[in-house]
Amino acid sequence: MDLYSGRSDRHEKLSSVKLAVVQYGILFLMLALAAGLWRLQVLGADNFRLLAEQNRIRKEPVLAARGKLFDRYNRLIVDNYPSVSCFLVREQGRNVDADLPLIARGLDLDLDQLRATLHRFRSAPRYQPIPIKQDITADEQAFIAAHRNELPELETVDEERRLYPRDGFAAHLIGYVGEVSEEMLDDPRYAVYEPGDVVGKSGVEQTYDELLRGQDGSRDVIVDSHGREVGYLRTQHAIPGKDLRLTIDNDLQRAAELALGDRTGAIVAMDPRNGEILAMVSRPSFDPNAFSIRINRGEWNQLLTDPDHPLMNKAIQAQLAPGSTFKILMSVAGLEEGIAQNLKVNCTGGATFYGHYYHCDERHGLVNIYNAIPYSCDTFYYTLADKLGIDRIARYAKEFGFGEKTGIDLPGEQPGLMPSEQWVMKYYHRRWYAGETISVGIGQGAIEATPIQLARIISGIASGGHMVRPHVVFPDQLSSDFRKALLENYPGSGETYIPIDPQAWQIITDGMAEVTQPGLYHTAGSAHLQGIDLAGKTGTAQVASHEALSHMAKSHSNNPNAWFVGVTPRRNPELVVVVLWQNGEFSYYPARIGAEVVAAYVDKQRRLAHNLSGTPKSPIEIGAVWSEPVVREAKDGKPPQESARIRGGHFFVDLPQSSAGGAHRLVGPKDLGLGLPVEPWKGTHP
Amino acid sequence: MRRFLSFRDFDWAMLGMVLLLSLVSVFQIYSATLHTRYAGFHIKQIFFILAGIAAMFLISKVDYHRLLDLVPWLYGAGLLALVAVRLFGHRALGARRWISVGHFQFQPSEWIKLILILAVARFIANLGGRRLFWSDIFRAFLLVGLPMILVLLQPDMGTALTYAPILVASLFLGGINLRQSLILIVCGSALMVGVWSSGKILKPYQKARLTSFINPDNDPRGSGYQIRQSLIAVGSGGIWGKGAAKGTQTQGDFLPIPHADFIFAALGEEHGFVGCFLTLLLYFSILMRLIQNAQTAADLPGSLIIMGVVAVLTFQIAVNVGMVIGFMPVTGIPLPLMSYGGSSVLFTFLALGVVMNVRMRRFVN
Repeated sequence: MDLYSGRSDRHEKLSSVKLAVVQYGILFLMLALAAGLWRLQVLGADNFRLLAEQNRIRKEPVLAARGKLFDRYNRLIVDNYPSVSCFLVREQGRNVDADLPLIARGLDLDLDQLRATLHRFRSAPRYQPIPIKQDITADEQAFIAAHRNELPELETVDEERRLYPRDGFAAHLIGYVGEVSEEMLDDPRYAVYEPGDVVGKSGVEQTYDELLRGQDGSRDVIVDSHGREVGYLRTQHAIPGKDLRLTIDNDLQRAAELALGDRTGAIVAMDPRNGEILAMVSRPSFDPNAFSIRINRGEWNQLLTDPDHPLMNKAIQAQLAPGSTFKILMSVAGLEEGIAQNLKVNCTGGATFYGHYYHCDERHGLVNIYNAIPYSCDTFYYTLADKLGIDRIARYAKEFGFGEKTGIDLPGEQPGLMPSEQWVMKYYHRRWYAGETISVGIGQGAIEATPIQLARIISGIASGGHMVRPHVVFPDQLSSDFRKALLENYPGSGETYIPIDPQAWQIITDGMAEVTQPGLYHTAGSAHLQGIDLAGKTGTAQVASHEALSHMAKSHSNNPNAWFVGVTPRRNPELVVVVLWQNGEFSYYPARIGAEVVAAYVDKQRRLAHNLSGTPKSPIEIGAVWSEPVVREAKDGKPPQESARIRGGHFFVDLPQSSAGGAHRLVGPKDLGLGLPVEPWKGTHP
Repeated sequence: MRRFLSFRDFDWAMLGMVLLLSLVSVFQIYSATLHTRYAGFHIKQIFFILAGIAAMFLISKVDYHRLLDLVPWLYGAGLLALVAVRLFGHRALGARRWISVGHFQFQPSEWIKLILILAVARFIANLGGRRLFWSDIFRAFLLVGLPMILVLLQPDMGTALTYAPILVASLFLGGINLRQSLILIVCGSALMVGVWSSGKILKPYQKARLTSFINPDNDPRGSGYQIRQSLIAVGSGGIWGKGAAKGTQTQGDFLPIPHADFIFAALGEEHGFVGCFLTLLLYFSILMRLIQNAQTAADLPGSLIIMGVVAVLTFQIAVNVGMVIGFMPVTGIPLPLMSYGGSSVLFTFLALGVVMNVRMRRFVN
């Protein structure tokens, strides 16, 4: 059976009219499509070209790496490491609230905290990305990459992040960086910063922020539809921040950190010749890395409410009564005024002034200026203070820098306090009590000093009145403009010369050298170092003095604060050390801590000298000028006098390869042509 | 009666135009996949085209009357394959469309198109030119509607829609009168409104796709994204285009599937209005050539077969290009002879092969 009947009717055809209708229909369709294309490609081309550009070009900041920090021997202290942060972009007109649970899960965030973060930024302009999480892990990056389509609002930004020593090493000196705060943005001085910028907030990071921060660049990035970068159009390179060489010596800093341990207090080690800070420790410490990433509220509150003030750099901010260390200033005043030389006091364990009995620690017997320092005899200094009067004491103290900032290049330095008659009148509207002078004589009462202040003052006195400006960054790295601005922004006593009779400072430093010798009544025999010339002074100060009480009110203990100041060697000192142990009670312990720092320093200097040998292959040539002491015997009641004769020479030092024993051969001397007398070389090596 | 048959009567002019279009396709696929994981697809496309040409020659050798005789078997096998897909098909992107036979995967819904063209041509021709009764119209609907529903269930709305023009063309050419067509249009509209508002038959993503072309900016990252990126691509091409392999939308992966459904947008971006216009002209010429062949066909079924092919091709071109330029919703209908894809290429060449078949037998009487 033929199912297909149409086959038999072959003459049946489609009507031409219908086919023509179809043809015209197709023509119409084609013209409509062509018209659509014309509308887009000819009329709308400019607009769509713009949209295409916006589609693929994204302006991205190129963040400048912050300058690194090195120690004085160019050893790296603070480095940067590459890190990725996650931002939430709100521009796409997408309601992100529904995505938050997924984001919180993927980035391991607390959902409520994430909501709170978004809430904080609700009034910020929409183009401003919201930082959600910093320093994200590789897993979290993978999560973001994998959810580009579901969570297009998440963006990652590459950054260079600060890497600080993990254990809080020199944390207070280095400081930390953080996001610029709203108050700072309102301050015209910080006009260059934009929201979200990272800025130095303390320590060297703050003082030298302008140099360290560099300048961010920008880059036009071509991206594909997934936001993946496929190329760059134009890059304005970031200018990295300047690397800075600090004056601190990692080895000495480490030694000082270990010496102080976890005691609350501070150590300052400084070169008295130029004010370079070799070590600065404050305890308790903190981990600056915690600030590098957004610090969480709990940690921050803990740091703020800790009664020991971990964020406070006690080396420059702790204002405490200097106790007996003040007796050095008293001695200078007494000797310069011609009173102390002839003052002899019989110490019977105290003395009465103005109807009040003032105690001494011991019955020292007959005390003069030579043994008053090693004995730290209060009776002697009560008497000296009484004879000097508060006016003269205050004048000397202020001239040497008590009550005034030193001008160290670190933020937040405190001035301390030197009381005077004017001061009590101005702040307490009363007259000065004569009895107060007696307390001031031993560094008690209203007087307050910071460790850095004491370091500058003691080193200045030991150096014959050459006062320095302490600093932590070598100034030769700074432009003259920056140096000028630094002096303006960090005012202080700075570099001065106060002529002191050489005899006066020699008596004082000799007395301080006695302090660290074992002996009856000597206060710091614990700081004795075999073969090291260490001149020191201890101090113990009652906490219950003036404002100190309110400052330290939250302190868990009212034990006295213990101080130690020391210089080495006693003539032309190279190192001054100040140790503060808050509530340490016994001053011989800080003396021991100070001695450890001094020992570390001297040890290293000797090793450095020793290490010199063995390296050079040929004899090295040394030009040298030195002074030779000439001692004139005591005659006609005059004390023995010392003067110096200047010599010069020119040596060849032959250092053998295997010089473990140090068999140096010195050849010379030879005339340098300086017109200096040349003496024959005696063959002992320096 | 011995039939005279020669490849001299093969439509070489049309084959030339088709191959020219295929060449454009290969170059455009090459450019669009240059930096993507689809790089090298243009080589595959060349093989599809070669296979298509071979299939075209083969099918042109078999008398289309013989093919029409086989229609009941082919139709039955097609429905079975669709059911098999429903039962054993590969699930990809949420739909079952593919079925594996040995190493080959094939998509029965594409083949059904060809079978339907033949079946409808046979059905209309069988009526012998008399006017259509409602029962005829009903049977035509049943003939096309059965596979259509099966494909819709996969779900593959795009392919299912391409069956509709076969029905429309055959009813028009088969002699439907004005009154019948008006009633059908009214009923069809009512049905569409019903389907749309019932909320059950169309999946939400299908609905979103169908509406987002009207205002793609409502949801620039969602279903309107493809339309928007396509418009940007085409528009930014301007008159002369950005140059081969230089389209930022195409190369930057903003344009979705620029080697398949959106290949015309890639063409528009890289070769501009001029390129698009010439391509449309080529399509128009091919379609006119096909209609000419329908006019000169030896008998009614031959003409109807060719017009079925014309209907399907016209529909696909209009819907695909319309989608690319924002006139139509995103339906996933490939552009014949341009879009990458073995099934699509094979179908097109087979359909053209059937046309050749008809043409070569125009002098049979």
